[in-house]
Amino acid sequence: MSSVRDILSRLGGIPVGFATVFKTFFRKPVTVQYPEKQKPMSARFRGRHHLKRYDDGLEKCIGCALCAAACPSDAIYVEAAENNNDKRFSPGERYAKTYEINMLRCIFCGYCEDACPTNAIILEPIEFPTGYTREGMIYTKDKLLEPAPAGVQGTPQATPAGKFERAILPFPPIDVSV
Amino acid sequence: MADLINLTIDGIPVAVPRGMVIVDAAKKIDNDIPVFCYHPKLKPVGMCRMCLVDVGTPKIDPATKQVVRTEDGKPVIAWMPKLQTACTTPVSEGMAVRTNTKQVLDARNNVLEFLLTSHPLDCPICDKGGECPLQNLTLAHGPGLSRFEYEAKQHNAKHVPLGDLIFLDRERCIQCSRCIRFQDDVADDHVLQFHDRGRHMEIVTFSDPPFDSYFGGNTTDICPVGALTTADFRFKARPWELDSTPSVCTHCPVGCNISLNTRLETRTGGHEIKRVMPRQNEQVNEIWTCDKGRFVHHFTRAEDRLTHPLVRDARGKLVESTWEAALQLVADKARGARVSGVIGDRIANEDAHLFGSLFSDVLKDGAVAMSPAIPAAYADIARAYGVGKDTDFKQLGKGDTILVVNGDLEESAPVWFLRLRQAVVDRGAKLVIAHDRSSKMHRYASRIVTYELGMAAHWASEQTTELSAELKSARNVLIVFGDEKLSAEGARSLARSLANILIESGHAGKANSGLLPLYPHANTQGVFDMLPATTVTTGKVDVAWLVGVGNAADVPQADFTVVQELFLTDIANNADVVLPALSFAERDGSFTSGDRRVQRFYRALPGLGQGKPDWWIIQEVAKRLGATWQYHGTSEVFAQMAQHNPYYAGLSYETLSQAEPQWPPVGRADLYYGGTAYDNSGGIGSRYAAPAEQSGFNSSLEPVVAPPVDMEALQHLPHTLYQDGELIRRSKVLSGHVRAQRKEAETA
Repeated sequence: MSSVRDILSRLGGIPVGFATVFKTFFRKPVTVQYPEKQKPMSARFRGRHHLKRYDDGLEKCIGCALCAAACPSDAIYVEAAENNNDKRFSPGERYAKTYEINMLRCIFCGYCEDACPTNAIILEPIEFPTGYTREGMIYTKDKLLEPAPAGVQGTPQATPAGKFERAILPFPPIDVSV
Repeated sequence: MADLINLTIDGIPVAVPRGMVIVDAAKKIDNDIPVFCYHPKLKPVGMCRMCLVDVGTPKIDPATKQVVRTEDGKPVIAWMPKLQTACTTPVSEGMAVRTNTKQVLDARNNVLEFLLTSHPLDCPICDKGGECPLQNLTLAHGPGLSRFEYEAKQHNAKHVPLGDLIFLDRERCIQCSRCIRFQDDVADDHVLQFHDRGRHMEIVTFSDPPFDSYFGGNTTDICPVGALTTADFRFKARPWELDSTPSVCTHCPVGCNISLNTRLETRTGGHEIKRVMPRQNEQVNEIWTCDKGRFVHHFTRAEDRLTHPLVRDARGKLVESTWEAALQLVADKARGARVSGVIGDRIANEDAHLFGSLFSDVLKDGAVAMSPAIPAAYADIARAYGVGKDTDFKQLGKGDTILVVNGDLEESAPVWFLRLRQAVVDRGAKLVIAHDRSSKMHRYASRIVTYELGMAAHWASEQTTELSAELKSARNVLIVFGDEKLSAEGARSLARSLANILIESGHAGKANSGLLPLYPHANTQGVFDMLPATTVTTGKVDVAWLVGVGNAADVPQADFTVVQELFLTDIANNADVVLPALSFAERDGSFTSGDRRVQRFYRALPGLGQGKPDWWIIQEVAKRLGATWQYHGTSEVFAQMAQHNPYYAGLSYETLSQAEPQWPPVGRADLYYGGTAYDNSGGIGSRYAAPAEQSGFNSSLEPVVAPPVDMEALQHLPHTLYQDGELIRRSKVLSGHVRAQRKEAETA
């Protein structure tokens, strides 16, 4: 002759469990369908790399490969080529013809940012690189390069002679007065 | 060396030959005095002031003319009131040098601050960045800050082409004049000069066409900044990304030691050669190489390289096949057939040895020959009476005679030209030239003989007695000769007459004396040494087997033709089977230079497509014909060859790959000193002894009667460096030069 109490004890924690399920059933979920959806990151988060442009649409990257040299995990591959005024990609004589980052290798240390003489490469808190294939995780230049600012032509551009002679603009002079 | 001078540098005693400058003396004890304008291969000028050091000499008492000594007997040093340039000050007995005083360090700092007042912020895009003496020395000795205004920098329009191979960036130039002095003192092409003064000083070229020199690439090596860069390597890679593999240039008999700089490349999906740099070998090319050797490398990754075996199908078209099918077909055709083999003189020793063995041991009825055929007619004489084993061109000088007969040194062997020119101009060797036309070498000749077109052999046979008598008194006699406008018999006759001169004047088989043949390619001597002496078959044969043959005249008539090639050349296009070979950059092997130096080259690139090295192809066919060869690599082939070929006895890949310390030191740590040439890591090679060096060889050859002038040989165009060919055609940077040569040939 089993009592209600007996039955409940035989059921063990099942009703308690169901109660928890029922309780959280209507609560807003905390999980995110990553990678389709990504949580907003803090402003200081170092997300994936972006190749920046100047306001006139020219690429900041000059293909110097110092990022590749600084990269501790050898994730960056750069091939350079020569600019000319009819087909200009960046100020100065040299631009990156090929720019690839293997996001599987990258450890997001930001050394590439530090090495860049033109601040062309920035790790930004936009989205985190994800993918389903190894090939897809090698980000090529068209993926990395940010779009030209609104109303400005992208690259290559035809530019007037003599205007973009130099690849690197000087830093403001250092005050050495005592 | 008897005449040694003792001095102390920073208190360390060092003994060096008289006449050496302080920079070099310090280098001997690894004291790196920074320099920009000084280069150990050039005459010092003291322009950059980077090498300032504190110099003192023992104080001499004017009364007694004796060295004043302190109480403990040490000489008192009279220090000069101002710093001296270590690159122009020769050492003297008892001299004391200080390279680390505050004054010296300040001077270096200040010189660099001055040099950088107008140096652009180009390092990230500069081809020199990473192997730049200015960068390195600034880091080591320079100031961290500049007191000069950035905006006051001298600005010039960016790079200007100095010729089509070399670019000049005037902003980067520090006016050291190394390039000018190289062109003037070493290459003797006076095509560069300073223009204007002071801050406006710049390098200009005033020749037409601009920078008209075969050696311009070397100026980019010794340029201590990125002012001179090659059109070929421009923005191709950063120096630190490059792998370097020791190799040997394949284009002329000098056998320049080179380094192949390779890197990944997306276009080819693998490695490719980014640039060719000289590799130091003081016995061969010092630290130079010509522009052909530097820029012709593009054929290694040309888009039209053969990647699959091709077999002619029933409809008469060449179609892709498999190795198995193609090799079996060749073996089936060759079995029991009359086979005529021809092998080109760019092919490595190992391949030629197996090819020779195939004809002597495996095939029943066959004959093998070398292409081109003319050098094969005299290569045995050139070998027998070749330069002695211990020959060093650096030792040629006063009292020596260099005889150049029927050849153009600069066009046929540019680096020999540089070295022999220095023996004449700088060290006083006597130069006698006999030729039917003028060449650059004529500038330095003390006697010039001109004979009529094609009469070289006649001239030599008539002059043998006279010249032998004249040359008896010479210390050494080096005879350089070519085969221009001569038939095979004519060339052989010329070589025999010249050998007679050596024998009768008593110079045969001696070091620094002997014959130096101007062969057409890098391994003419080697291929000749490897081949068994077979009688050349005439008439139509069953199978013609061609390994790297470029000359259509050397192709035998045959029912069935097999070609081993890199490209689908005209000859390959007419063949029945075309087997894709690997270029010298994709395999190991060895070459024997024109002066019989056997040198190794190493694999720098992976193979292309299904291409295979020539020795492998030959071995696979031989196996199918019943041979029991089991070579796994070129070192085994070489070892086997060295056992059977008396000339190569005692040589092995181990002996060939030995390198020894060389002077001046050129290495990655000595960039500022010797330039960006590579130090020798792959071995300096080894010259085998000329038969004439063995005793009992010096009986005179029989007197030579020159054959009549060959009218057909008169039609041959003289050899020019950039003459059109399968390899040079695929190098875009040199295309202008090749075409110019073609035009010249057409108008001639």
